Amino acid sequence: MMPGGLRYLRRKAVNALLLTLSAASALFGLVFLVWILREVILRGARALNWAFFTELPAPPGVAAGGMANALVGTLLLTFLAIAIGVPTGILAGTYLAEYGRRNPLARAVRFVSDILASSPSIVVGVFVYAILVKPLGSFSGLSGSVALAILMIPVVTRTSEEMLRLVPDTLREAALALGAPHWKVIVAVCYRRVLGGLATGVLLAVARVSGETAPLLFTALNNPYWNWNPLRPTGTLNVTLFNYAMSPYDDWRAKAWGAALLITLMVLATTLVARLVVSRTEIGRS
Amino acid sequence: MRLSRWLAVSVLVSVAFAGRAQGTAHGTGATFPYPLYARWAHDYRARTGLSFNYQSLGSGAGLLQIRRGVVDFGGSEIPLGREELEREGLVQFPMVAGAVVVVANLPGDSGAPLRVSPAVLADLFLGRIARWDDDRLKALNPGRPLPALPVGPIVRADGSGTTWLFTRYLSAKSPDWAKGPGAGAAVKWPRGAAAKGNEGVASYVKEIPGAVGYVEYAYAAGRGFTWLSLEREPGEFVEPGPASVGRALERGLALPGHPLEVDLLDVQAPGAWPLTGLTYILVKADQRDRKKGRALLDFFHWCLVEGAPQARELGYFPLPPEMVSGVEARWTEKIRCRGERLWP
Amino acid sequence: MDGEDPLPRRTAVALNAPPAGSPSGPSRRKDPVEALFRGATRSFAVLVLLLLGAILVTLFVDALPAFRAFGPSFFLSQEWDPVRDLYGALPAAYGTVVSSLIALLLAGPLGIGVAVFLSEMAPPWLSRPVGVAVEMLAAVPSIIYGMWGLFVLAPVLNRSLYAFLEERLGFLPLFAGPSLGIGMLTGGIILAIMILPFVASVSRDVFRLVPPLLKESAYGLGATRWEVISQVMIPYGRTGLVGAIFLGLGRALGETMAATFVIGNSHTLSASLLSPSNTIASTLANEFSEATSALHLSSLVALAFLLFLITTAILSLAKFLLWRMEKALGGPSR
Repeated sequence: MMPGGLRYLRRKAVNALLLTLSAASALFGLVFLVWILREVILRGARALNWAFFTELPAPPGVAAGGMANALVGTLLLTFLAIAIGVPTGILAGTYLAEYGRRNPLARAVRFVSDILASSPSIVVGVFVYAILVKPLGSFSGLSGSVALAILMIPVVTRTSEEMLRLVPDTLREAALALGAPHWKVIVAVCYRRVLGGLATGVLLAVARVSGETAPLLFTALNNPYWNWNPLRPTGTLNVTLFNYAMSPYDDWRAKAWGAALLITLMVLATTLVARLVVSRTEIGRS
Repeated sequence: MRLSRWLAVSVLVSVAFAGRAQGTAHGTGATFPYPLYARWAHDYRARTGLSFNYQSLGSGAGLLQIRRGVVDFGGSEIPLGREELEREGLVQFPMVAGAVVVVANLPGDSGAPLRVSPAVLADLFLGRIARWDDDRLKALNPGRPLPALPVGPIVRADGSGTTWLFTRYLSAKSPDWAKGPGAGAAVKWPRGAAAKGNEGVASYVKEIPGAVGYVEYAYAAGRGFTWLSLEREPGEFVEPGPASVGRALERGLALPGHPLEVDLLDVQAPGAWPLTGLTYILVKADQRDRKKGRALLDFFHWCLVEGAPQARELGYFPLPPEMVSGVEARWTEKIRCRGERLWP
Repeated sequence: MDGEDPLPRRTAVALNAPPAGSPSGPSRRKDPVEALFRGATRSFAVLVLLLLGAILVTLFVDALPAFRAFGPSFFLSQEWDPVRDLYGALPAAYGTVVSSLIALLLAGPLGIGVAVFLSEMAPPWLSRPVGVAVEMLAAVPSIIYGMWGLFVLAPVLNRSLYAFLEERLGFLPLFAGPSLGIGMLTGGIILAIMILPFVASVSRDVFRLVPPLLKESAYGLGATRWEVISQVMIPYGRTGLVGAIFLGLGRALGETMAATFVIGNSHTLSASLLSPSNTIASTLANEFSEATSALHLSSLVALAFLLFLITTAILSLAKFLLWRMEKALGGPSR
């Protein structure tokens, strides 16, 4: 007879029950993931044809048409956002890792950066509307990029800092001993060493903003035509998706799923690539 | 290195696809005419290569943004008064007439129009009629099986000229409505879920059994909704459609000496659809860029004069020629570029 | 938060001492390029701080007309009447809080359950892919949750769960009908699915920090798996777990796209979970680009300001709790 008898059996039962519930939770999460991805892939794949990638949007009721300009617009705004947000983030991260480290300013910046990273993106949209759209007098791709850049900066700052921290101080000292000034040590030694890691930060930032629609709603607005001028409204996949999804037209809704699939793939791809680079950097350098 | 080369190639490829990217004029405004404006812009671009980008954000947005000069033209069903137009430096003119219809999602229903009186309509949206098999609906539609579904009013979440037309009608016909939500582009709705744009309302009504919503005619056509026919005079029920809207337009525009902003709501003529309205375009009276201003007017002229077939196809009602000349006379009179007339 | 050392003393000394045998020229301290570079990095770091400040100040300034017009009763007023230009924050704030709480109630236990599974139960060949899969849920853009929620989940819920709730429990104000499929509860459920990966992955990191020695001692005393989890790991990491939950809450509060599709966008305050509701974020998304009057716009900005304050407070609390826990356990920060 087992020690404890009935009491022991009860403990075992509770154990089995709750462990099963935990496994069920994981299963639950997986079920939703599979369900969502399945819908996105099935409905989206149907809509992704050659026309989708090359044609301009057609008004409702006209067959064919695509989202070519929205794709280009998304790329354009993302590149602009990278141009604005990445140097800011890398330089801020450099300060945190190289110059600041433990001083009060650095601590404050880290704290604020983490807050900004999880802040509601629609509030960022309202902010950029107030400081850019109203004064400039028009909706613009530029203000959309600025909104996206503000969302990118915290991500890039933190990843840059963490990557630079991985560079051992002995390396810095060796370079300093050879007579290099501090800034040169950072640029020629540290940056070069964690280039992959810095790229990861960029990828994660891109993943973060690829799925964002709210901040673009009242900054970049939308545009069914080709637009290269960042000072005018620019179409993006996300806003077009929003408009199409909310519409009652079947052909538009089908295209909305296509855009949803594209965005999901983009975010997943960048996230996975970023993880790959990170694990390689950590394994290689630690 | 490889990255920058790849970037350069992709930019070049995109430019190759872009073709002739002409300058674009931008407008925002009512969702009411959006399907038609999008179609006109699409066809005009095929003809001339010029692009007109109209974003349907709602009449409220259109008015706000043209006032601020953030866009080149605005669209709205809510006509501004003369003093306001002068103060804001805007010129306003009608483009096309359309109708607001009320549709419902009644699964298993025959699809024939459902009769309601204005009082019943107001009560549906006030939340006083909870289910579709209510006695009052049964009384108006004897012998017709009605589902025991709850009534789900779908309204607008954004500022809308469609809402303005609909709520003006309800305020005129129902004292409770006038005292309660009142009339306006956005009102305090007592019940229901709200959607963005005519598109959103049509979308929600399509998805939710028992839902009832008000949309512009073009958004309701061919979607399998149950249409509601309104009691214009006791015993006389009018079904929405080209005939009834045509009658409202005819009668409304026949009044001598009417302004361009004629009120077509609840026109007193047999068989006339009560929820008819005009939709307007607003532009700045003083155009900064001569070329763009002229291009805008050329586009609108083409829409008014040659765009009638598309309008009818999509369920809108083109303006008769006398009104078109009135519109263009207004352009001549009011629109300037640095003091010089822009039209003709 | 950092737990690392500052520059080691020898490096700091090396930075300041002139190099042996260096040619005559500007000493390191007076190098203009160095000063420039250092200044630049510091400026950009300060910019991050200024960004937060700028957002707060801009929002507050643009919200002032609303605060002045309505006073503190703005936060308790149920009005949202564009015709009469009367606005109040209560319906949107209530919807934001309630939908997020529903999300927490669902995602909190589930997330911790997933973390338990991943860290204690699954063998490595299973825990890695499942872990990646759960994090993939986080990568799916929120607008897709919205779409999926409106077109797939809401009708299913309406036909099954809501019909049941309305029929059996409809006498309770909490479940009073009619249900349209979209509404407060659907919004809460979608938000729960969205924040599940965050809660799960932070909780998993918290569990990893529990010293194996503690667990082994408990096993050595004859505890079952679950007893080790519930009586050793969870109490040990409770600060961190609460931090994880607050992090999820912060996310849910600010979520726009998923909520806008399924929350119903109704400004009417209702006790029923089945009725349409509103969140601050979805109100902004719907009404901001065309507020009908200056006061309307200002009230919307006031809502944005309120949301920003709430999320900043919640996130600060979350960070503080997580920091406290890491300090006690000496683990890496996230």
